[in-house]
Amino acid sequence: MDGFISTYLIPGLIMAGKSVLLLATLLTLIAYLLYADRKVWAAVQMRRGPNVVGPWGLLQSFADFLKFIFKEPIIPSAADKTVFLLAPLASTVLALAAWAVIPVNEGWAVADINVGVLYVFAISSLEVYGVIMGGWASNSKYPFLGALRSAAQMVSYEVSVGFVIITVLLVVGSLNFTDIVLAQTEGLGTMLIPGMPNSFLDWHWLVLFPMFVIFFISALAETNRPPFDLPEAESELVAGFMVEYASTPYLLFMLGEYVAITLMCALTTLLFLGGWLPPVDIAPFNWVPGVVWFVLKVCFVFFMFAMVKAIVPRYRYDQLMRLGWKVFLPLSLAAVAIVAFILQLTGWGGVPVAG
Amino acid sequence: MILKPLFFYLFSLLTIGSALMVIASRNPVHSVLFLILAFFNSAGLFILLGAEFLAMILVVVYVGAVAVLFLFVVMMLDVDFVELRQGFLQYLPVGALVGIILLAELIAVLGGTLLAPDLAGSGAAPIPPVDQMSNIAAIGALLYTKYVYFFQAAGMVLLVAMIGAIVLTLRHKEGVKRQDVSAQVARSPETAVEVVKVETGEGI
Amino acid sequence: MDALLQSYLAIIVFLAIALVIGLGLLVAPFIVAYKAPDVEKLSAYECGFNAFDDARMKFDVRFYLVAILFIIFDLEVAFLFPWAVAAKSLGWFGFWSMMIFLAVLTIGFVYEWKKGALEWD
Repeated sequence: MDGFISTYLIPGLIMAGKSVLLLATLLTLIAYLLYADRKVWAAVQMRRGPNVVGPWGLLQSFADFLKFIFKEPIIPSAADKTVFLLAPLASTVLALAAWAVIPVNEGWAVADINVGVLYVFAISSLEVYGVIMGGWASNSKYPFLGALRSAAQMVSYEVSVGFVIITVLLVVGSLNFTDIVLAQTEGLGTMLIPGMPNSFLDWHWLVLFPMFVIFFISALAETNRPPFDLPEAESELVAGFMVEYASTPYLLFMLGEYVAITLMCALTTLLFLGGWLPPVDIAPFNWVPGVVWFVLKVCFVFFMFAMVKAIVPRYRYDQLMRLGWKVFLPLSLAAVAIVAFILQLTGWGGVPVAG
Repeated sequence: MILKPLFFYLFSLLTIGSALMVIASRNPVHSVLFLILAFFNSAGLFILLGAEFLAMILVVVYVGAVAVLFLFVVMMLDVDFVELRQGFLQYLPVGALVGIILLAELIAVLGGTLLAPDLAGSGAAPIPPVDQMSNIAAIGALLYTKYVYFFQAAGMVLLVAMIGAIVLTLRHKEGVKRQDVSAQVARSPETAVEVVKVETGEGI
Repeated sequence: MDALLQSYLAIIVFLAIALVIGLGLLVAPFIVAYKAPDVEKLSAYECGFNAFDDARMKFDVRFYLVAILFIIFDLEVAFLFPWAVAAKSLGWFGFWSMMIFLAVLTIGFVYEWKKGALEWD
């Protein structure tokens, strides 16, 4: 019995505790990112934004949440009921699942697996299912068209996301997120300026700047964010694949979308912005715990997402496909070859890590 | 770890169960969804073997790409499934033949490993233990150098698939206006704008 | 090996908790929400009268073409992952091996570009 407690119960409880802590923090963070998102658009459009619920409207997201729960759930009579309810569940749970391998500080991950990047890549390629299943199960014209567009769009940009990830892996030589972040403690800054401490110049965004830009824009398209929000274009498709949804099934779709956006922000932070590393590795900056830097960087990337939504007009569908297949795909493919060539020539880059 | 056999039975039962549901369910979309469940559980089995890379690639390629295409075809291609089922008996001999060949091959492989366990995989490179080298690095160390011909052959197969898909499906609509970005960008004030001096009360 | 499985066990625990949260949210309104059922609420969102036929229809074959091309490029990315990890130790032979592979697929890419498979109309 003792063996059972020490080998299964305690590690199991620790895992569950970590998971609950991460999920609770993440969902609270998302509630405030949503609020920040609306405040940023409001500021760009010279409005006030949410300011009624709580001081400065800070409790707005929680009020919205309660409102969704007390709304009447509707399942259209023509819908395929199982798939109709499975779709929002899949979109949220899959988006959350990817967070299990994201380290927010050195060693602070629920599961620090060897193939972390590949796991996130796999999970983010599944996010298309929520959309297709929802659009099909609704059995209505707008959701169907929205699902169709969305599937083709998400799939098109995933290829360039894959190639961009490959260039980072070439530089690092490992698929483990901790290794990727630690590889950014040395880089352009420390190499060119002798005696320079680790700083933001070492992070991958500078050496791989074109890749950083492609990744950012592809992340917008992958998560159906404006200017690429054609699946739910309200001016033509009403709300795309979500037309028939009400109450918490709708909430789950929105939640899944925001979790996926935050995941993309975290991925950008880990791959290009040095994860939990401080901007310059000197006192007072390195007194601040790494997790604070991580959250700040995620918020910064999210701010860029919000600004893009506020100031860029929506793309047309043929332009969107052209950008994905004819601009990003060849550029990122060429970048893989060029980065690999330079690394071979100069002998830079990572050696595969055993274990 | 008692959990390991527990998860093995869980994953394998779910794999077999959902594989059965793929052929048993009436709605083809449900079939594809069960197929996806079967893929997930097979990925779980791979992880139990320590083959993380294969598990992830199974999810990326089969669930993330191939099943999306299946779902596309099944959901949106307007196929009358009642009509399809009518020809069922007609195709039964061919289907049975393919099934028997596959079964024979499986028995041959399985029998080979059972009768001569040391012979199986004797031509392959040895697998390094998981705790010494991650299996993605192990695959990387072999695939592009020792098995270079197979690797290039895979590239050829992909090329054929790409060209085949285009030849079979691509049809151009007539009279479609397309955006030509380079033509748009190349326009200058000289080619695009004409300044006309209009006299008062005259018109052009 | 055990350490490896343990980290995946953590993922399963995490997934289970996420699933509980999702299911809880999905079920909650069916229990607590105010209900005023009406037949009209259950009809599909359309312009006012019921749809004449099933909403699922045939559509442009181009969408399938995009899906097939995606599978091929996804496989290409799958081949790149182990190479990117081992690139340093493989040396120039591994580099050129991959470059030939990419060149073969680039031929296919150029073909589809010239054929107009990437045009959207």
